[in-house]
Amino acid sequence: MKQILLGDEAIAQGAIDAGLSGVYAYPGTPSTEITEYIQLRESKAPQGIFCQWATNEKTAMEAALGMTYAGKRALVCMKHVGMNVCADAFVNSAITGVNGGLVVVAADDPSMHSSQNEQDSRFYAKFALIPCFEPSNQQEAYDMTRQAFELSEKLRVPVLMRVTTRMAHSRAMVVTTDEPRPQNAHSLPDNPQHFILLPAFAKRNYADLLAQQPEFIRLSEECGNNTYTKGTDPKRAIVACGIGYNYMQEAGIAQGASVLKITQYPLPVALINRMVEDGAEDILVAEEGQPVVEELLRGMVPSSVRIRGRLTGALPRMGELSPDCFVAADSQQPKAKADFVLPGRPPSMCQGCGHRDMYTALNEVAREYQQARIFGDIGCYTLGALSPFHAIHSCVEMGASITMAKGAADAGQYPAFAVIGDSTFTHSGMTGLLDCANCNADVVVLISDNLTTGMTGGQDSAGTGKLERICMALGVPEEHVRTVVPLAKNMEEMKAVIREEANYHGTSVVIARRECIQTLKRKARK
Amino acid sequence: MKKDIILAGVGGQGILSIATVIGQAALAEGWYLKQAEVHGMSQRGGEVQSHLRISTEPIWSDLIPQGQADIILSLEPLEALRYLPWLAPDGCVVTSSVPFRNIDNYPDIEQVYAAIKACPKHVLIDTDALVKEVNAPVQAANMVLLGAAIPMLGVEPEIVKTGLEKVFARKSEAIVATNIRALEAGYEYAKKSQ
Repeated sequence: MKQILLGDEAIAQGAIDAGLSGVYAYPGTPSTEITEYIQLRESKAPQGIFCQWATNEKTAMEAALGMTYAGKRALVCMKHVGMNVCADAFVNSAITGVNGGLVVVAADDPSMHSSQNEQDSRFYAKFALIPCFEPSNQQEAYDMTRQAFELSEKLRVPVLMRVTTRMAHSRAMVVTTDEPRPQNAHSLPDNPQHFILLPAFAKRNYADLLAQQPEFIRLSEECGNNTYTKGTDPKRAIVACGIGYNYMQEAGIAQGASVLKITQYPLPVALINRMVEDGAEDILVAEEGQPVVEELLRGMVPSSVRIRGRLTGALPRMGELSPDCFVAADSQQPKAKADFVLPGRPPSMCQGCGHRDMYTALNEVAREYQQARIFGDIGCYTLGALSPFHAIHSCVEMGASITMAKGAADAGQYPAFAVIGDSTFTHSGMTGLLDCANCNADVVVLISDNLTTGMTGGQDSAGTGKLERICMALGVPEEHVRTVVPLAKNMEEMKAVIREEANYHGTSVVIARRECIQTLKRKARK
Repeated sequence: MKKDIILAGVGGQGILSIATVIGQAALAEGWYLKQAEVHGMSQRGGEVQSHLRISTEPIWSDLIPQGQADIILSLEPLEALRYLPWLAPDGCVVTSSVPFRNIDNYPDIEQVYAAIKACPKHVLIDTDALVKEVNAPVQAANMVLLGAAIPMLGVEPEIVKTGLEKVFARKSEAIVATNIRALEAGYEYAKKSQ
């Protein structure tokens, strides 16, 4: 069957057709659509596919590992920074190994379209010593997802699938199979010790993983996913990884050069050696993200070979690649431009959004103190940093608002406010609140509860209907867990509640609860 | 045949529906297609764009190189200007003339129109007036704009219509009919202004 699919959807369809039994994920741009696609289609699978959102990437990764323990195929999806959250589980899943196939998708976001950094997830595959796929187009995304499950099950290790924003969020025709593979039956690992990482057992597993490395390299050389083509002028060579290959081809710089296309890691040593034996003197490395391959090549080819790429400045050090990066400025097409400076149009919180009313109240109360500080978090409400609110003083990673407010309060900062969304709170804020409650830190935590995971398009939020009970159970006194409805008409009441809790020298929580207007609109349309 | 199209607008205006309809038309013609779009944070009332490429030959890049777009199709006049560096020397700007003012420093609209009219090929179209004329809601402005671009797309109007019907079919017959009227209004306007 031929259909137009997003890169994310191609991965999802590939996983379904590979006999997937469960997808475990926390929403995050640009990975969200993988899980959403499976959620829309799981009911059509004869045995169903588990596809409910996880509370965070770590719980997702661990649950997926449990599913593969029981012999079935599981998929874990996240944005690149989610890899940091699940890193402990991810890296150790390479040591336990898997029983059913396990594929982890990391969607990197170079240019930080919707992220706080540009980290390159290929480092994680190398770190964990497991194979990594990096498709260059949507068809490969589909095909490689199926391959990744086969490979994972055959090698008994998880496989990382690395994509970037343009791959995840670009559509193209994809030919899919009419004969999906059935799901695995329940089966337990042959070796009962393999999943017990006691040092004595873990040493054995780790030695096994190290012993597998030459096999991983051999597969990279022989699998067909990495292709080497000798050019007519083999002194010039291009190593092109993932979608870097497309941009390089679009720019038309490959004529005559030898080309090594990489879509599977670890690097295919034999193919690199052949490129050098064929006379490569100048190698341009076209890779999206950080200069991972460029650095590795330096240790693999003779020092007389010139290597150019993002590290040397031949390509931009930061931001995503485009075909224009490969064309010298003086040979580019003439470009039109408006004759005046265009103002930017930054994103903003929706008109009528409850976060706005929350910030209006919080800002007014904060101004009553000499030096109030508001520690922010990740979500739509991060836009409270911009005009007209200019409300927050920090935004680092999921959950940091609460713990940074605590640390600042420990250092004498007063008042210290934290602003966090409901989904971010359950993702990574709860443990920080427990830290606060255990020492009765002088912080006010505002949970701006819109009953959804808003920024990524309105997915279910893990704590809906439970937030007050969670806060109290973590040790915040009942009288200091307050709830308000963020509406203009309630402004005086909201301010009074926030002020009272700021004046209370201990840990308190104010939940500002009103449904996201986007999810509300969507329900009204149905 | 190859067309490189930059779709532009403000988050929530519906540029992705334009891309979906053209995509269906390309699928029906058996052409290759690549379409890079923006999801996530930037959709919240910020500037959004999508690179849409259709071709009878395989396409390498998901992104259009600068100076190579055949059409800039924009639902907002200021946003049309943002992507001029992508426009080919003989490319055409097709844009709604209706400004979306959600920023304090929105420039003088006459200055914006002048910059659009300075492009050798352009179609400036009052999408608000046209949707009213055919008794369609303002949300159908995207289909007016798509209609206006049909003469430049190299796709028969009937194929675009079929694509539209397919895309909106899961909504309702009334919505399909409204959007077809909007599409036709845009098409007629572009034919007249050529």
